[in-house]
Amino acid sequence: MATTVTADQVEKVVYDALAEIGPSRDQLKREATFEELDVDSLDLAEVSQVVEEEFGVTLKGDDVENLKTVGDALDLILQRATS
Amino acid sequence: MSDAPGNGHPEGCALVTGASRGIGEAIATALAAEGWPVGVNFRSDEQGADRVVAAIEAAGGTAVAAPGDVTDPATADALFTQLEERFGPVLVLVNNAGTRADGLTVQMEDDAWQLVVETNLSAAFRLTRRAVRTMTRQRFGRIINIASIVGPKANAGQANYAAAKAGLIGFTRTVAVEVARRGVTVNAVAPGLVDTELTEGIPSKFLEAVPARRAGTPEDVAACVRFLASDSAGYVTGTTLTVDGGLSA
Repeated sequence: MATTVTADQVEKVVYDALAEIGPSRDQLKREATFEELDVDSLDLAEVSQVVEEEFGVTLKGDDVENLKTVGDALDLILQRATS
Repeated sequence: MSDAPGNGHPEGCALVTGASRGIGEAIATALAAEGWPVGVNFRSDEQGADRVVAAIEAAGGTAVAAPGDVTDPATADALFTQLEERFGPVLVLVNNAGTRADGLTVQMEDDAWQLVVETNLSAAFRLTRRAVRTMTRQRFGRIINIASIVGPKANAGQANYAAAKAGLIGFTRTVAVEVARRGVTVNAVAPGLVDTELTEGIPSKFLEAVPARRAGTPEDVAACVRFLASDSAGYVTGTTLTVDGGLSA
C-alpha cells in the first residue's frame, strides 16, 4: 500500500490541508516557506494529522520543526510513505 | 440534541471522566441538560454510571456509560473512539476524575505520589492530547479541567494532590494558548470544600473557615463547567474559575 504513494498524491493532500488552514491556492508552491505562508507549528501539526490519516506516515514534532519550505515537507512525506 | 436552537457549535458530544458520582455526576447531568450527548466515564462504579445515564435519559437527555481507567495510557483512545462512533466528535472534555492519597510528605510512599499525579494530572494530559486533535480540526472545543484551591493554596498532608492540581492549572494555561486560534478553549475550575465522598472526613473546622459558611455542592461546580462549555464562553480561555464560597479570597 505505502509503496504506491506518488508525489502528486502527496502534493494534493498537503496542498488541500494547507489551503484549509489559510494560504490561498496560488501561494502554494514548493519554494514557498512556511514562514511567508504564515503557517506555524500548530498548523503543521494539523497537516501532519491529515498526512497520517491519508498515508499512515507519522511526523513527529522534531521532523516538522526542521521543515522550512513546502517542498521540504513534500519530500519528507513522500520519502516516509514509500520507504 | 446538540443542534438545539441557539447553539453555534458543530454536532458532537461531551466526555466527563469520573462521572459515576459526585462532582462528575453533576457535571454530566448539567451538560446533558444543555443538549450535549454525554459519555459518563467510570473506572469501577458501573452501577453508579448506569444510574447517572438512566437519570439523564429520564430527563430527556442522551448519555452512555463509558468504562475506562484514565491512568491506563490506552484509555484515552478507547474512550474517544467509543464516543466518536456513537455520537460524533468529542467537543467538550471535562477532566474530572481525581483521587487523593493523603499523608505528610515525610511519610509519603512513592505509590501514593504516583497514583495521585497519574490520576489527577497525567490522565488529563493524555485525554487532552487526544481531544485537541479533533477539536482543532472542528474549529470548536471546550476543555475544562477540574483543579482545586489546594495547589495554589497549601494544605498540609496533600503535597501530592497539591502538586498535581497546581500542575493541572499550569497545563491548562499553556494548552489554552496553543489552541486558542482554533476556537478551542481550555479552562480550569477550582472547587474549594465540596460535599462529596472524596471530602468525607474533613474536620468541621474547615467549614468554619469558609466565608459562605457552607460546603459547596457538586451543582455549584457543575454550573461553572456549564458556563465554560457554553458557546457564550468562547472568549474565556486559560483561566481558572474558583468556586469555593470565598475560602481562598
